[in-house]
Amino acid sequence: MDLILDGIREAFRIMASGDYSVWEIALRSVIVSGTATAIALLFGIAVGATLAFNEFPGRNLAFSLVNTGMGLPPVVVGLMVAIVLWRSGPLGDFRLIYTPTAMIVAQTVIAAPIVTGFTAAALRNLHPQLRSQLYGLGASRLQMLWLVLWETKLPLLAAVMAGFGGAISEIGASIMVGGNLAGETRILTTAVVLEVSRGQFAPAIALSLILLTLIFIVNLILTTVQQQERRS
Amino acid sequence: MSQPKLSLEDVRVRLGKAELIRVPHLDVLEGEVLVIVGPNGAGKSILLESLALLHRPRQGRVLFEGQPVDGRELALRRRMAVVFQDPLPLRRSVADNVALGLTLRGVPRSVRRQRAAHWMRRFGIAHLARRSAMTLSGGEAQRTNLARAFALEPEVLLLDEPFSALDPPTREDLLDDLSVALRETGVTTVFVTHDRAEALRLGDRVAVMMGGSIRQVGTAAEVFAAPADEEVAAFVGVETIVGGRVQSLADGLATIDVGDAVVQAMVPDLDYGSEVLVCLRPEDVVLELAGLDSHRTSARNHLRGTVRRLTTVGGQVRVVLDCGFTLVAFITKRSLEEMNLKVGDEVVASFKATAVHVIPRGT
Amino acid sequence: MRRWIWTGLLAVLAILAMVVVVGCGEEEETATQTPLAQATPVVTQTPQAEATATATPVERGPKEVILATTTSTQDSGLLDVLEPLFEDETDYNLKIIAVGTGQALAMGERGDADVLLVHAPSSEMKLIDSGAAINRQLVMHNDFIIVGSQDDPADIEGMTSADDAFAAIYDSEATFVSRGDDSGTHKKEMEIWQKAGLDPEGQSWYEQSGQGMGATLQIANQKDAYILTDRGTYLAQSENLDLVVLVEGDPIFFNVYHVMQVNPEGFDLVNGPGGAAFVDFMISDEVQAIIEDFGVDKFGQPLFIPDAGKDESELAPS
Repeated sequence: MDLILDGIREAFRIMASGDYSVWEIALRSVIVSGTATAIALLFGIAVGATLAFNEFPGRNLAFSLVNTGMGLPPVVVGLMVAIVLWRSGPLGDFRLIYTPTAMIVAQTVIAAPIVTGFTAAALRNLHPQLRSQLYGLGASRLQMLWLVLWETKLPLLAAVMAGFGGAISEIGASIMVGGNLAGETRILTTAVVLEVSRGQFAPAIALSLILLTLIFIVNLILTTVQQQERRS
Repeated sequence: MSQPKLSLEDVRVRLGKAELIRVPHLDVLEGEVLVIVGPNGAGKSILLESLALLHRPRQGRVLFEGQPVDGRELALRRRMAVVFQDPLPLRRSVADNVALGLTLRGVPRSVRRQRAAHWMRRFGIAHLARRSAMTLSGGEAQRTNLARAFALEPEVLLLDEPFSALDPPTREDLLDDLSVALRETGVTTVFVTHDRAEALRLGDRVAVMMGGSIRQVGTAAEVFAAPADEEVAAFVGVETIVGGRVQSLADGLATIDVGDAVVQAMVPDLDYGSEVLVCLRPEDVVLELAGLDSHRTSARNHLRGTVRRLTTVGGQVRVVLDCGFTLVAFITKRSLEEMNLKVGDEVVASFKATAVHVIPRGT
Repeated sequence: MRRWIWTGLLAVLAILAMVVVVGCGEEEETATQTPLAQATPVVTQTPQAEATATATPVERGPKEVILATTTSTQDSGLLDVLEPLFEDETDYNLKIIAVGTGQALAMGERGDADVLLVHAPSSEMKLIDSGAAINRQLVMHNDFIIVGSQDDPADIEGMTSADDAFAAIYDSEATFVSRGDDSGTHKKEMEIWQKAGLDPEGQSWYEQSGQGMGATLQIANQKDAYILTDRGTYLAQSENLDLVVLVEGDPIFFNVYHVMQVNPEGFDLVNGPGGAAFVDFMISDEVQAIIEDFGVDKFGQPLFIPDAGKDESELAPS
């Protein structure tokens, strides 16, 4: 009980004072995971639209692959990305291992299948003739894509949130390719693990509270927009 | 009129090994309403999509005003408008939906508003302008869809079974509104339907499509009165169709001048002087040899005519008469033998006023 | 109205993406030339870093030094003190990867690190002998201890022989938590079991955490289990632990840390000068003095004893 109460009290003190760089770590988490999600969104729209709009041999296989990817274990992703980015790996020359870029790469790999799966499902749910109708009203390819994405913006928002949630709460990949370097690649989840292993529970609780709050905000935005949309 | 606006030349569309449509030649003439009629699965929608430049046919070409469309698809699509069976509104207001095509063309906002407002009024949905299009009834949504197409003031309007999903009263109302709008704008139109009544009502020309190819093209009267082959006949139903004008009206009984003859028909409401199509099913016509007194029929119409052709169709005989217009009747083989009917014989064709189907064609 | 909010959201996302991508790219080349405060967020480094890049037209050699080390050195907090100092003094960007000694040595063998700070002498010598590592220097030592709950079910308190204590634990079947991660501590533990002639593997009371020293101590604490730990990590965490020191002082407990460079001749990407600079840094008088004082204010005793310049054989177990 003491640990919980004292821990939480101390956690709030830390958040207020900015000790242990908690806010810096939180900001880095948001930037890294936000960037990964943004890249994953671009990828997801491109691949999701291709999968949803085209008939081609192996399409079902592609869907299964994406669905498998939605459950990719982060440590597996971390290991794969690390093997590639290590100096001894094929892309070692770029010296990306243990940088935020490496974490963005890994988190993008984690988030992209999630975003792609959601996007493809949303686009597949559209009326099959909608694209013909838009072309028939004089839409160019880009205009068609934009209107179709606009129509599916709610599911797309859900896709973004799911991708972001997956990225920001992931640890296995980030610690492996980022190295949990203070001031460089330490993010909320890796910092929590480190502080716990150091027996520093208060900052660990503070960081966890920030992480929870972030995820809460993300879901709040999602719910609010969905409800507004339903009302109109 | 009469210049081809859109043409198909030797167009074939395949899906896998199956050939979906095969059209050696089809013209859509400037200013006409061409109705493509045929049973479900005949390939009508694919034909329409080819005309709408929604997909490039594997073989053959589409001509717009005599020129191949290749490379100009987007520009040409922007001179046309397509309406499908499902209204497919976007998640925005009715007004925004109606203005959608104009927005895609980069038309200035003021023009957009004005045109959208005009066509919403025309299709009776002005009061819904600010509603979300997702909340409309089927009829309202299809009105929005039609307004969306007309707001583009297209050179070619392509409609694919726009009324098939609607209940009959709604369909009648919309058919009236569309018919008026088509006549007023004079837009070149292709209208796909499986419904013969719609074809008769709207079509300047009718093309019958079956099994992926066009079997017959002609005016409504030509096609319905003289089907090119048995399959077409079976689909359109062998009918006598003749244009006429309402001469007089009394208690719902109209006297219609059909050229060299007069037909009496029961009609609910028609204006004096209306242009109409008179339709008569062959099985409703009774034949007697001329000179005999008609004593066993209470029919109002008795027309004298000459037998022009006799053909056996199944157990029946199809008799084509000239009564000043072409009239088709069915008799049994046995009656044929009893009457000893030959080409050139004079007969009297009788039918009830209630058996006559009258289709208004405007005033 | 709502459309604007959406467009805005999209724009913010796009800008974020650009800032980070550009920021990270720049950082790759230049940030290491600028010793920066540890707390400065990555993205704000760009302008400063650019200025430095143009001002110093020095050779564009690698500016990062990757240190593969053990969790015990990181969990003790010593490296948090040394890292900024090293970066200040050398302009290198030190990247500390805290893993088990086994993985640290493997990273050295593959050229994935520039310099190693580890505590498994016999394994270290294999790397030296194979030529994968060079310039091995004695840095410091501390000692291992056996800690456990005050109840001490195996009754080992006060024993002076590590293998006797292990044998007693074995016989009592009291819970024992092992690192099980091929780390230096784990290797030491296996050495003691071997000396006692026992193999605990597969016993129900013998648990392997597979995690770092700090995390494994927390597990042992929760389970009231026995555990072999280095004194530094134990002291650093003692305020959160109910575990007490039960056995200490056996010469086998001696835990010595060496620093060594990964041989740059074998690997194109290994930063030879950077590795050498870190070796020199660790055995410098200044750092040795810091090690001597580290932890005294908090625990009343140092976590590590500095040993630079001494010969390993002349070290007496503490």
